[in-house]
Amino acid sequence: MSDIQEKISQICPSASFSEGDTLMVTVDEKDWHSFAKALKETSGLEFDVLSAVVGMDWKDSLGVVYYLTSTVNAWDVISVKVAVEDRENPMIHSVSDIWKVANFQEREVYDFYGIKFINHPDMRRFFLRNDWKGHPLRKDYDMNPELNPIPLEDEQNEDETVSYVEDADGKVKVVPGKVFGEDEYIVNIGPQHPSTHGVMRFRASVDGEIVKKVDVVSGYIHRGIEKLSEGLTYPQILHFTDRMDYMSAHQNRHCLCMCIEKAMGLQIPRRAEVIRVMMDELMRISSHLLSFGCTAMDLGATTAFFYGFREREMILDIFEKTCGARMSMNYNVIGGVIADLHPDFQKDVKAFLDIMPERLKEYHNVFSNNLIAKNRLKKVGYLSKEDAISYAITGPSGRGSNWSCDCRKKHPYSIYSELEFNEVLLDGCDSYSRYMVRMKEIEESCKILAQLIDNIPEGEIRAQVPKVVKLPVGSWYQQVEASRGTFGVYIESTGEKNPYRVHFQSPCFNLVGVMDLTCSGYMIADLITIGAALDFVIPDIDR
Amino acid sequence: MFNFGIWTSEFNKFLMGFMPEWLAATVECVIIALLVLLTYTVLALFYILYERKLCAWFQCRLGPMRVGKWGVLQVFADMFKILIKELISLKDTDRFLFKLAPYIVITSSVVMLACLPWGRGLQIIDYNIGIFFILAVSSVGVLGILLAGWSSNNKYTLIGAMRSGAQMISYEISLGLAMITIIVLSGTMNINELVWQQESAWFIFRGHIPAIIAFLIYIVAATAETNRGPFDLPEAEHELTAGYHTEYSGIHFGFFYLAEYLNLFIVSGIATLMFLGGWMPLHIPGWDAFNNVMDYIPSVVWFVLKSFFISYVIIWFKWTFPRVRIDQMLSFEWKYLMPLALANLILMAVFVALGWHF
Repeated sequence: MSDIQEKISQICPSASFSEGDTLMVTVDEKDWHSFAKALKETSGLEFDVLSAVVGMDWKDSLGVVYYLTSTVNAWDVISVKVAVEDRENPMIHSVSDIWKVANFQEREVYDFYGIKFINHPDMRRFFLRNDWKGHPLRKDYDMNPELNPIPLEDEQNEDETVSYVEDADGKVKVVPGKVFGEDEYIVNIGPQHPSTHGVMRFRASVDGEIVKKVDVVSGYIHRGIEKLSEGLTYPQILHFTDRMDYMSAHQNRHCLCMCIEKAMGLQIPRRAEVIRVMMDELMRISSHLLSFGCTAMDLGATTAFFYGFREREMILDIFEKTCGARMSMNYNVIGGVIADLHPDFQKDVKAFLDIMPERLKEYHNVFSNNLIAKNRLKKVGYLSKEDAISYAITGPSGRGSNWSCDCRKKHPYSIYSELEFNEVLLDGCDSYSRYMVRMKEIEESCKILAQLIDNIPEGEIRAQVPKVVKLPVGSWYQQVEASRGTFGVYIESTGEKNPYRVHFQSPCFNLVGVMDLTCSGYMIADLITIGAALDFVIPDIDR
Repeated sequence: MFNFGIWTSEFNKFLMGFMPEWLAATVECVIIALLVLLTYTVLALFYILYERKLCAWFQCRLGPMRVGKWGVLQVFADMFKILIKELISLKDTDRFLFKLAPYIVITSSVVMLACLPWGRGLQIIDYNIGIFFILAVSSVGVLGILLAGWSSNNKYTLIGAMRSGAQMISYEISLGLAMITIIVLSGTMNINELVWQQESAWFIFRGHIPAIIAFLIYIVAATAETNRGPFDLPEAEHELTAGYHTEYSGIHFGFFYLAEYLNLFIVSGIATLMFLGGWMPLHIPGWDAFNNVMDYIPSVVWFVLKSFFISYVIIWFKWTFPRVRIDQMLSFEWKYLMPLALANLILMAVFVALGWHF
């Protein structure tokens, strides 16, 4: 870390440092854009992944905390803090030209904090309607419902966008724009549509059957989890994680618990760690089975969908016995897990592990090796490794572009460093690779389960936790490998019993960001295929 | 083999006994029309249950089980429900064409049903150009689909209708070529005569290699022609929600739905007629005892069971394969299927010219 600090002081002498969870660099807004460029390009730093963009309101100033990861240098993570004091018209330079993922991330920050990003190409709100008044995550936001009554009319200005362009002498001027041209033929896909996997809306400009541009309209089921969390205590915010990506409920909650435990300095009993990892892997298999089924169904092979669900049902039964629920399990708690394993757990998991290899062969026979399926998936939705990194596409979708990005390998957490499993990498960069990565990850997860199922240590399932959980002053960031990619939790605490700011960095948010890139030039039917192979879950985007 | 023609001519004589010829003909027409419509409805109901049960078994499910024994009354309940549902009228649609479209689709399918050779003496429309007539009428249905898609004033329906038009016009060529291959073998387009020619053996055996190739081409083209999976692009529900009939409700939607199922039966029936002997029982030359036993099974049963079997194969396709994409579908037809059908036609002509068939 110290040599990173040295290099950073060379390229930006005005930067100040604070050592916390990670190295935090504070830079002036005016230096930020050139500093960001240097961070990415200077050898020895090469922070090429923008892992998280967290909007912040520190009351006296507004700002953004960026988490950066270097794929070149041992997955080092640093955070950069940029703040502005103007609350009326806060402006920060956009880094969407350096890391493409910043495009949507900055729109989210603008939506919730009102920070305008200079030179951002499309500064619209991301979740809320364009006619929304106020920026909800600001600490001084007026929650009076009369300000924002339930709208009864369509959004009139949904096609209008704006960008704040800085000219050569530093003056910022407002440039209005249009999302689509006048004579473009726009097909609306969603929010109620069978293949958007939830209430997601895409506006696709088409030329015949060819898609030219996709505009993502999100926010139909946004629940304001981050805002809600600020008013609740730490144990109370845990259950939200099960309701974001409900197919990664265990991993997400594991992540939040780990983040809180890290801040508290809590040691977790070994038994709880093993149980957590087993549940994570079961969840991953269940998610990939669902993904297999949905990909097949979106391509019209309804039967394969039922085959996937048949096995997924077994996992849900295992969850039901131990956790008492099939969805939204609420199983991890701060310090361990809430209940001990059901006596049938080992037997059920072994039964599942026994049949799974056969069933995977069946899936490949009925779907993966089918000529039509291959023609539909192969060479569709090309996403190069460079783009995957720039758009921070992690998880199976990133690994389908041959980007080694498995958090379990790169930042081993819990007991993953002791386990033997392979990171599945395929270099097709297309929908078929993404799909096949998932199928192979099912095998890897089964391998992990087989290693653990006979080695569950006896002991406590939960550490002693104080009745009122308070975190010390500071900020923490924790990442896990959820079913769809790297899931991150950012907590900033002022020492109270409720957090000052919680941010969930969801993988699906980034996945939906490449829809335009991957779909352009392909056909309408491919848009569905690409969406299915990227496998985003909408509640994870609309947190 | 029982000849149903005896019944019909007796009935005709009975009517002629006390009414003039024109009135007798009118009464017969009305009765036949009612019978055709009744058959149409019953068959459609059967097919809906047939497909639901089959697809359930492919998918490790039971299918409808609650209404009646094994769920047999489920389709009646569904049909009753669709009859009492409201016909929602939409703003900004072309009212007349919007309402006309389902009738065009269902009329073409009813007329095709009347062309089928149901059994010995049970044939309603019998021209000397019967096959030609069937091909002509089957092309009218696509007009209804195009109208439905266009008049709904909806982008999904328009894309669905355009896909449908492209698909049906393309695959009609292969379908027609496969049928012409058999006509080359038989030398007639008369449906009744086609069946009688298969008394010694079905065309698929008489024409062997080219007939089998034609049969396979026909099955693929027929699947596409009926808009069924893997060629169900016009209503690809995962892309276009419901394709060309997205905006329809109540019995207007029901007409599209019924026509889709009946078209499945009709293409199966035509396949039966062209390749599997129509209502003709399975005859093997030289095996007279066997042939006599086969003749005891009524001709209607032969025709219907053969058609159900072919429908089974087409349903099997749908519930196994993913959907193809529009460009893949068109290139498959124009680059592979149609040239193959043409080559096969020449092959059949050679076989017939050299007498290599049975």
